Formats: sequence, C-alpha cells, structure tokens
Amino acid sequence: MPDSQPPFPLADLEAGREAVIVEFKAGRAVTSRLASLGLTPGVRVNMVQNYGRGPLIVTARGTRLALGRGEAAKILVERGNHA
Amino acid sequence: MPDCHAAVAAPERTRLAEAGTPVIALAGQPNMGKSTVFNLLTGLNQHVGNWPGKTVERREGRFDLNGRQALLVDLPGTYSLTANSPEEVIAREFILREKPDLVVAVVSAANLERSLYLVAELAALDAPLVVALNMMDVAEQEGLRVEPHVLEAALGVPVVPMVASKAAGVRELLTVAERVLNGEQAAGPRPPEVRADHCQILAQIEAQIAPHVPAPYPSSWIALKLLEGDAEVTRLMQASMPPETWEAVHDILRAHDDAFLAVASGRYEWIGRLVRAAVTRPRVGQIGLTERLDRWAAHPFWGLVLLAGILGLVFWLTFTIGAPLQAWLEQAAVAPLAGLAAEALTEVPFWLQGLMVDGLIGGVGSVLTFLPILVIFFAAFALLEDVGYMARAAYVMDNLMHLMGLHGKSFLPLFLGFGCNVPAVMGTRVIDSWPARLLTILIAPLVPCTARMAVVAFIAPAFFGANALWVTWGLVLLSLLALVASGALLNRVIFKGQRSAFIMEMPLYHIPNLRTIGLLVWQRSIAFVKKAGTAILAMAMLVWALSYLPGGDLNSSYLARFGQFLEPVGRWMGFDWRLTVALITSFPAKENAIATLGVLFGVSPEAGLTELLAASYSTATALSFLVVTMLFIPCMATVAVTRQETGSWRWTLLSVFLLLALSMAAGAVTYHLAVWMGV
Repeated sequence: MPDSQPPFPLADLEAGREAVIVEFKAGRAVTSRLASLGLTPGVRVNMVQNYGRGPLIVTARGTRLALGRGEAAKILVERGNHA
Repeated sequence: MPDCHAAVAAPERTRLAEAGTPVIALAGQPNMGKSTVFNLLTGLNQHVGNWPGKTVERREGRFDLNGRQALLVDLPGTYSLTANSPEEVIAREFILREKPDLVVAVVSAANLERSLYLVAELAALDAPLVVALNMMDVAEQEGLRVEPHVLEAALGVPVVPMVASKAAGVRELLTVAERVLNGEQAAGPRPPEVRADHCQILAQIEAQIAPHVPAPYPSSWIALKLLEGDAEVTRLMQASMPPETWEAVHDILRAHDDAFLAVASGRYEWIGRLVRAAVTRPRVGQIGLTERLDRWAAHPFWGLVLLAGILGLVFWLTFTIGAPLQAWLEQAAVAPLAGLAAEALTEVPFWLQGLMVDGLIGGVGSVLTFLPILVIFFAAFALLEDVGYMARAAYVMDNLMHLMGLHGKSFLPLFLGFGCNVPAVMGTRVIDSWPARLLTILIAPLVPCTARMAVVAFIAPAFFGANALWVTWGLVLLSLLALVASGALLNRVIFKGQRSAFIMEMPLYHIPNLRTIGLLVWQRSIAFVKKAGTAILAMAMLVWALSYLPGGDLNSSYLARFGQFLEPVGRWMGFDWRLTVALITSFPAKENAIATLGVLFGVSPEAGLTELLAASYSTATALSFLVVTMLFIPCMATVAVTRQETGSWRWTLLSVFLLLALSMAAGAVTYHLAVWMGV
C-alpha cells in the first residue's frame, strides 16, 4: 500500500480534496440510504463544501449530496491521491 | 462466474384494471424528470389520491397509447427498493402484487451511474422493463456522450432517449411501449449479481427458503432482500417459515450482517460495466453552473442572506398582489353574492336564509377568498422547487433546525406554512423519518399563516398607528421563537433528543418547466378548495348554528353563553366575553375573529369597527389579543389534516392542547407585563 495514513472521518476531509470510502460506522438503515445514493466502500468522493461546522456537500458517482456532519463523521475514508 | 440467479418461472399475470387496458407503472429516482414524463403523457387527465392506508400521494392517469387507452400509475420517487420508507415499500409491492404490464424506469443520462441503481433493483423484480433515458440535453451540455443502443444491448431491455422538458422522445417511448406490450420486443433485463464472495451464501439461503416463499414473491428476490437485511421481508419470512428452518436461515444471515454492502456493491459493479460501455466523457473537471451558484446559495452566511431575500420577495409579492385581490374578492364577490342570496331567499324560513347567507357564503366564501394568496404562494414554492433551489434552502437551514433535533428537510414544509398551515402539514411527507415528521407536524401551526396575518393587519393599525408594522414584525418573530422553543422542548421530552440522518441529493439547477409548475399549483389549489367544500363547510355550518340558536340573535346565542361562561378565563388575558367569543370562532378560520367582532359590536366590518375597538379596549388587551391569535390552536382545517397525516387523535389533541396552553400563557404574560409597564 503506497498510503499508510489510517482511515479518517469524511467530515474531516477539506473542501476540494478527494478520498475513497473505506467503511461505514452507521447503522444499517443509514448505510442503506447512503448506498442507494451512490456511497459504497471503494467509491471516490470529492468534498465540495466543508466549513468545519454544519452540513457539507460531496460529489460521488456524479451526484451532489448534502450530508449532515453527524452522518459524515460515520463514514471512514482514506486519501485517494495514490490512484 | 457462478450463476446466482436460478431461473424463476414467470407467474401468471393478473389484470389490475379492466381487460384491454394495459397498466403501465412509471418508476424513477427523484430529480430524474419522472413527473415531467407523467404530466407529458396524462396532462390534466390525472387523478391524485393516496395509496390505500398510507399518507403517500398516488397519482394515476389515462392516456392514448396509439389508439387504445392505457392506465399510467406514477410510483413514488425512490432511490432504491429496500424497505427504508413507505414509498419504497409501495413501489415494490405494486410491481410484485399488481403486476403491471410494463414498468417504465426514468433515468437521467447526465447521472447514469446513480440513476441506474433503481433499475438494478427493478431488474430483479421480474417485470417487463423499458428504460426512458431522460435529460439527454443536460448530458450533452456536460460533455457526456451516452449511446442508447449500447446501453440497450448491455441491459437487455429497450432504451429510449428523451428530453422530457422539451417533450422530445415521447412518441418513440409510446411506440416501444406498444411493441413490448404486443410481445414484439423483448424487455426482460439481465439482473445484477451479488459480489462473488456472497454468491454461495445467497444460493444457500434461496434453497432453504424456496419452499416457504408466499406468492407472489419470487424466491430469488426474497433471498436477496434477506441478505440485504430488509426489515419488511425478514418479518414476512419469519412469519411464513417453521421456526427451526427460520432459525437456520437466521443464523446464516447473522453471520453475514455486512452482506448489505456486498449486494449494493454488486449492483454498482453491474452499473459500472453498463456505464463504461455506453458513456464517453471527453471533458472532465469543468466547473458547472451549479457549482458556481452553490458557492453563494449554499454558503453558510450568504446562503442565509439569499434565502431571507427570496422569502422577503415571496411575502412582498403575496401581500402586494394577493392581499388586495383577497380584499377585492371579499367585497366584489362574497358580499354581493350574500346580498343576492338574501334577496332570493326571502320566501324561505329565516333560519335557512341565515344558514345559506352567513354560514355557507359568509363562512366558506371568506375562506375561499384566500385562494389568490395561496396560488401566488404555491406558484413561488413550485418554481423554487422546480429550479432546484429548495434543496439549498434546506441545506442552509440545517444548522438552525438542529436546535429542534430536526434537519434541513423540515424547513421546506414550514416555509409552506407561511401561506397556509394545511399544505405545510401535508408537505411534511418529504421528511423521511417518522419522529422528525411528527415533530414538524406538531410545530407547523406556529408558522404565522396569511389568515392570522390578516387579523393582525386589521387590529394592529387600530391600536398602534404608525408603529403597527413593528408590532407585526414583533409578532412574527415571537411566533418563530415559540416555534423553535417548543420544537426543542418537544424533541427533548417526547422524542428523547433523537435525531434523524440528513442525507439529501442536491439536484442540478435547471430552467423551470412551466407545465410542471402549473400542474403542481393546480393540484394544490384544488386540494384546498376541496377541503373548503367539505371539512370547512361542515364546521362553518356548526359555528353558524351555535351563533344563531336558540333565539336567532348572536348576543343571546349558545356561542355567546359559552363565551360568557369562559369569560373568567379570558380575563387572565385581559379579554371580555366578546373577545373570548371572537377567539373561539377563529377556530373554523382564523380571519373569522374580525367578522365575529363585527357582528358582536353590531357594525359591518368595513364601517367603523376599528374605531369601536380602539375605544373599547386598552392597548394591553389589544396586544394580548394579537399574541393569543398568533399562537392559538390551529384552525379546523389544520386540525383535520393533522389527524389525517398522523393517523392518530392522540397526537392531534396533543397539538391542540399544546397550542392552547402556549397561547393562553403567552397572552396572560403579555397582558400583565403591558399593564405593569403602563402601556
């Protein structure tokens, strides 16, 4: 693995950066809703807006999604810049 | 590759409608243009109702399918078919149980990867499928080249390119639909497989459950849903299987409770293959219009400024165009009509004349005069919704809504409440979690509607003159503070501080479709008129009867006696019996308060009531009356829809008592504070 940085919450990804989803810490209902909107492990997400508090906007699979900060904290990602 | 999907014999199709009328179901995710396609095909020839036993809107319509009639059923817009929401259950149950002759799935060419997820789920349902590949123009603008025939070959079902907003591709869709219905074109999709590491487990589950799967469900689909952990299907199979067999299956499922993601990933792998074949992207990394607009519209500060500006504009439009129109209707239509009816009914008994003139025309007529205000409001709302702005409004309001344990989506129905609380309560259907929806229904009546603003607009100038505008703004602010406070309190006390997940698509901005907006305004207005003709009519008659009986004189009627009986309570808030009665009669419709005072003071509302009121009551009493009016129990129509949407009298009564207590307490505090301050 060229990237040794441990996975971190999506909520901490800065705007303009890209990452790959590793796993979900959410319950099944939330996970299932995230998946139906295109968020699954292995998918590349782009942080569009993240002001450090309040909701944030990401794009994944060509869709813009608004996520609550609480939900974004339960999605673990790792930097995808090695791809 | 292992074969995950054992062939299931297609069950005999039973007819939903009369023989010869094919039934076509329209499926699609939100923001894919499904409604546009539906409106395009059916026009005004559609019926809006509810799905049986559910508060989910059901739309169906008939249209001409190259010479014969077809029934089009609009399934709820859902992202998937997993039992996360009533909408998703309705959509899949309809396809499985009613067996439509054809399912048309609307997908967006500009967002193929995400929108094919629903198709992947539909493909497993064993129904004839046609894909309407919509928004070809948007895809082109974004530099995407989508090849429908490649997608068609890869999917195994007909794919029809469309630009529904410009009515392009409709004829082709109809032609393909007809060919599939006539059996001239194959429409059996190749469904996706689960990720390879779960194939065996799926086969194992299917083998165990197959003998117990009740009709009409395909056992392969049931096995898949069990693996996904679908609550609804799990309950079904637990009830249908002998306990020992179920235990064995349950053990397998428990050992693989992460299988949901394997199933979802399998679908996206399937989609990925389709998209790679059918889509070429020459340009990447372009900053679109949406991104540029969102830098402002979704900004935590400028987004709120923009939202405040848009709200201000909508209110300004409502009150400069709608309010005068309302007043004009009251004077030019309702009053002359009442006069005409009074003349025409001189021969009939006096009570019948009163019932018709004061009860029917006066009561229902005055409610209906609010229609212009509502039409403007509905139109503004539908326009903002259609261009894609509403998702941004929800996004920037998310922080504030968190104070009440709600999230951004709850803001949308509350906004609608400024026009009328009735569509606000019905609009809570956009909220996906039930506790959040219930909480929004409970606080929605605290949004000051136009009818309450009409009462304020009449009374405030009589007492406060030039300062009336400030008093009015203060009252609006007070209502909103009460809303946030009671929301926060209810969330703590009843919902134990739980919060639902905020996951929302931000659709691309686009040019509004006037047809879609027009139909939306039309349907919402018709729903309001129907309500006025039924629930409001009945209540107006009842209140009229109480104000007429036993002697035919309001001052000695049951209603007056009731008001006098309650006067000691009214006195806490500085009211005499007349103000108390006025408040009670505001239940059928808030603006009735003015009309009642007019009758009680023996003047017509136009001539001199303001002077009489100013001479009769102190400023403290007036202020208290205004505060109570703003926060008082929801009007009858709102109570009726609250009962309908919650399906429970308990929650409905809680809503009424909550507001009753709140308004009386606020009124008493206002009155005594004002007296103490010497106002």
